Amino acid sequence: MHTASPPTTVPPSRTAASRARRRAVLPGFGISAAITSLVITSLVIFPLTVLVLRAASLGPAGFLAAAWTPRARAAYAVSLGSSLAAAVISSLVGLLVAWVLVRLEFPGRRILDALVDVPLALPTAVAGLVYSTLYVEKGWLGQWLVPMGIRGAYSLLGIVLVLVFVSVPFAIRVVQPVIESLDKDTEEAARLLGASRSQTFFRVVLPGILPAVVTAFALSLARALGEYGSVVFISGNMPFKTEIAPVLIVSRLEEFAYAEATAIAVVLLGMSLSMLLVVNVLQQRLARNAQ
Amino acid sequence: MTLPRLLFGVTFLSVASLAGLLAGCAKPTGDGTGTTPTVELLNVSYDPTRELYKDFNIAFARHYLAEHGTAVSIKQSHAASGSQSRAVIDGLEADVVTLATWPDVEAIAKSGLTRADWQHRFDNASIPYHSVVVFVVRKRNPKEISDWSDLDRDDLTIITPNPKTSGNGKYSFLAAWGSVLAAGGSADEARGFVERLYRRTPVLDTGARAATATFSQKGIGDVHLTFENEAHLEVEESNGSLEIVYPKRSIRVDPPVAVIDANVDRKATRHAAEAYLGFLYSPEGRGIVAKHHYRPWTAGTVGPPEGFPAIEMFDVEFVTGSWDEAMKNLFGEGGEFDRIYQPAKATN
Repeated sequence: MHTASPPTTVPPSRTAASRARRRAVLPGFGISAAITSLVITSLVIFPLTVLVLRAASLGPAGFLAAAWTPRARAAYAVSLGSSLAAAVISSLVGLLVAWVLVRLEFPGRRILDALVDVPLALPTAVAGLVYSTLYVEKGWLGQWLVPMGIRGAYSLLGIVLVLVFVSVPFAIRVVQPVIESLDKDTEEAARLLGASRSQTFFRVVLPGILPAVVTAFALSLARALGEYGSVVFISGNMPFKTEIAPVLIVSRLEEFAYAEATAIAVVLLGMSLSMLLVVNVLQQRLARNAQ
Repeated sequence: MTLPRLLFGVTFLSVASLAGLLAGCAKPTGDGTGTTPTVELLNVSYDPTRELYKDFNIAFARHYLAEHGTAVSIKQSHAASGSQSRAVIDGLEADVVTLATWPDVEAIAKSGLTRADWQHRFDNASIPYHSVVVFVVRKRNPKEISDWSDLDRDDLTIITPNPKTSGNGKYSFLAAWGSVLAAGGSADEARGFVERLYRRTPVLDTGARAATATFSQKGIGDVHLTFENEAHLEVEESNGSLEIVYPKRSIRVDPPVAVIDANVDRKATRHAAEAYLGFLYSPEGRGIVAKHHYRPWTAGTVGPPEGFPAIEMFDVEFVTGSWDEAMKNLFGEGGEFDRIYQPAKATN
């Protein structure tokens, strides 16, 4: 096994096993690895395998007939489109909020910092209900916004709104520690060496935090794609317009069509996995460039 | 929109969703009777029966102790009817089920957990009480809605849950369709009416209680189609801002009950489980049922139970032949409901 570490650190006479033993500073590696693989297998791999097997029981033609109808395609588009929009907004807003929380001193900063976690603790169905109550025609906000043509309930905009709500805490909490770890001296040095403010930001600060922003985007996207509870209360669930894929899954379950329901789930899963993969590759490139 | 009502709605739905979670975890909440239980029953039911069975369980426990000298403690589980049916099939150890629609119980029978003759084991095809689909409208009925034909007007919007995900939604769809047939219309006319009705339905909530919130809390729509028992709860909670309208005729709602054979035989609870469902047909049981705005069934009586308005009723078989056909032709993939939303070009 070739390792990337320079050969000088390990005498060539040592075997691979003794090298591993020597390098493991923390005790209990074996048992930790066993627990880890057990947890990952039982929580992630096993359920996903059952999901795929159940969908596979349909055969290729049955799978296509269940998962690739015009209505299902429209639902995937709604799910993916609104999740992408929400992830873009969440990662940008998350960057801004994290910056403010780390770098600016103002009264109430700690309270604001604590409030960031509220969306994580609130049952999302409650969020969906409150948002739709606010934005309907007779709601507190809707009575001003709807006459202006802004419909925040029973529309794509409404879906994006609640998806930002549920995903933005992830974005903030991912970017925040990275900004905290930024060395202010580097920025000052850049300024002293004659860089403009925008140059300092785009050439010195941004490369350091961009990988974190991309991670924030990926987490927000994953969170948004899986969201169901809040969306069903604000989307109106109109087929071909505001119906998300998870609602279709529930529809099929009501017909006791388990395999057909899992077929839709598998497509959704495949889409989110491939998008996360793309984001991951992008992020690794950025991280390498930043070094 | 007042804040207390908003908060009420929020609490209501969060509790409802938590209850769903609980049901999924097969951890029902207890209805302790205060005595040491020797028999324990689990009644797996659907959302709107929560208050009914809370009362009924206390009465039954008293009755059973007096009759048989055995204390019985009944646990309840409530969520959407279809997901409750799936939970029982997947292993929730229900002794009895009291669900919203025939297909939900039939699915359990098809899984082998209860015998195929479940429908013939209690009177009236194992349907101890009925309900009927009625209209809920705004105070003083500003749009003057009195019957199904009024729902065909362009100036009305209608609130009803998605029939694909909700039993309440299925019955409302069937009621609208059947109202045209019962008035002498053809299947094509019924299709046209139902299509126009859903075109003026701005929101398709996934469940009955969400649709109630959309109509009563958010103030959307002119008429809400729902079960009579739900309509009474909705109107009682509206502080006089809503009222019920009975159309000339509507669909009879038949929520069936069944003993789950495999579970009662293993747990040795058959006697108590059968007595429990049988008690729904007793005078005391019927009284509790009626108090919660379900129409109790009584052998040999014609006309509505005392205190309920008369309304001409048709059943699901009249509308579409059978539940199986309804599930396939109306609510199945590519069925009548799907066709309403099919864009003109797209083919399935």
